[in-house]
Amino acid sequence: MPTEAAELVFDEATKVYPGREGAAVDHLSLTVPAGEICVLVGPSGGGKTTALKLVNRLIPLTSGYIRIDGRQIGDYDLTDLRRSIGYVIQQVGLFPHMTIEGNIGTVPRLLGWKRQRIRDRVGELLELVGLDPEKDRRRFPAELSGGQRQRVGLARALAANPALMLMDEPFGAIDPIVRARLQDEFLRLQQELRKTVVFVTHDIDEAIKVGDRIAILREGGTLAQYDTPQQILDHPVDEFVADFVGRDRALKALTLKTVGELELSPATEDGLPRLPADTSLRDALAIIVAERSDALLVVAPDGSPLGVVTREDLLR
Amino acid sequence: MNGLLLADGGGPVIPDFGHGTRCLTHNHWFCKSWVAQHWGDVLQPALVQHVYLVLITVGIGFAISFALALLAFRFRFLGPPLGALGDFVYCLPSIALFTILLPITGVGVTTIVIPLIGYTLFILFPNILAGLRGVPAEVLESARGMGLTRTQTFWRVELPLAVPAIMAGLRVATVATIAIATVASFLIRYGLGAPIFDAIEQPDIFRTELLAGGGLAILLALTADALLALLQRALTPWTRIR
Repeated sequence: MPTEAAELVFDEATKVYPGREGAAVDHLSLTVPAGEICVLVGPSGGGKTTALKLVNRLIPLTSGYIRIDGRQIGDYDLTDLRRSIGYVIQQVGLFPHMTIEGNIGTVPRLLGWKRQRIRDRVGELLELVGLDPEKDRRRFPAELSGGQRQRVGLARALAANPALMLMDEPFGAIDPIVRARLQDEFLRLQQELRKTVVFVTHDIDEAIKVGDRIAILREGGTLAQYDTPQQILDHPVDEFVADFVGRDRALKALTLKTVGELELSPATEDGLPRLPADTSLRDALAIIVAERSDALLVVAPDGSPLGVVTREDLLR
Repeated sequence: MNGLLLADGGGPVIPDFGHGTRCLTHNHWFCKSWVAQHWGDVLQPALVQHVYLVLITVGIGFAISFALALLAFRFRFLGPPLGALGDFVYCLPSIALFTILLPITGVGVTTIVIPLIGYTLFILFPNILAGLRGVPAEVLESARGMGLTRTQTFWRVELPLAVPAIMAGLRVATVATIAIATVASFLIRYGLGAPIFDAIEQPDIFRTELLAGGGLAILLALTADALLALLQRALTPWTRIR
């Protein structure tokens, strides 16, 4: 398997558990372009985790195909397939008896990397996920906080530079503040790494935040809609999707854009509330409501004014 | 009864109440002079024999338990019957077992060790099995998802994580074996039970020898337990956190 980001194709992928009525995943067809994050979201019973585990064959397909870079997953050697796919789960599943270095180095060791190469890679990854490459590598998982453990889980999944990452509610067990930070860091990482990622969540806000594309699955494992966050918020295909994204979908759509992306009018008034250009439209609206102001002054990171955004601009 | 006894190092200890120190003639609780005099010909050989018994018993018992636990781990349905068998053996009174075996295996270490091994199975088998089965589901899932084979998962994940439970079992089994092994001297004078039973079977219990034998057994148990505890700490550094 290539180490460059791979294209992932679900082609009529179906999973029926023996002895259970109805399919868990029902003729799922979608393409995740190389280097994009595809979020699988939906109510429980929607088969999102099943769909994810079909990819690394933790769950065998009943019918249909899944292809990574054009090659069917069944054609790969099972252990090779799994070692070349990064896998992150909600409970992290770090090996409690291994140090952080031992955990992150697991797949490289299986692949027979030289000791020094593994050491270097571990240091590089710890730095990448915001941990101390010297101190933290010798610690055991029990010594870390939940957020730190999930960072290690991410580093471990990235260790052998996989072409594809499968992430099953990776931030689901983490408190909201740390979760938001991890999401931000994950997106910053993705800017750099450009992996193909399949990301499962039940949280539509998380889906909107991290997804390049969102696949909404409904009960019975059928695909309701597969689109960009913007499209899904602006044009839900049916009642189910509209319901799932919520009545505040117009407000959610405002989180997708920052004030810096709007056309700003020149600054004329003095004394307007100031806000940085990377503020989302939704937060800007919240400030307008809170400050009882009709307009805000958008400023660059260095504090120089960029222009004025009005209430009408935000709601357009 | 006396014809069965193995006169082994326990010979010349019957206190001569007419001669000897005042301590001995009055059969006081502990006569240092006797202990010093007979350390070399009575107590030390008994201690060495006892250590030997315990090593053989726990070694063989661990090997058998480990093999059985592996079977029960691999084939789940074997767990309950094997567990029940261990329970059953543990219920058999030790003296009865020694007596039944005597005509078959003879007056020797084998007769002592077979029942003792049986008892260790009861302790070690469930501990090893529980340790192997106690690995958290998410740890196994991540191992599988990362592409560890079944064998790699066993050696790299399941077995190391079972070590605390295995060591806990080994400590209990070792201490229990040290205690029960003394009982075998009821029939076969071997190990620290020899001085104990020699002392008891005097017309007037010979207190110094009884105390010396029993005390050594206790010291041996405490020492073995402490050593195993140290070994456990060395083997499982990750359990020391929090």
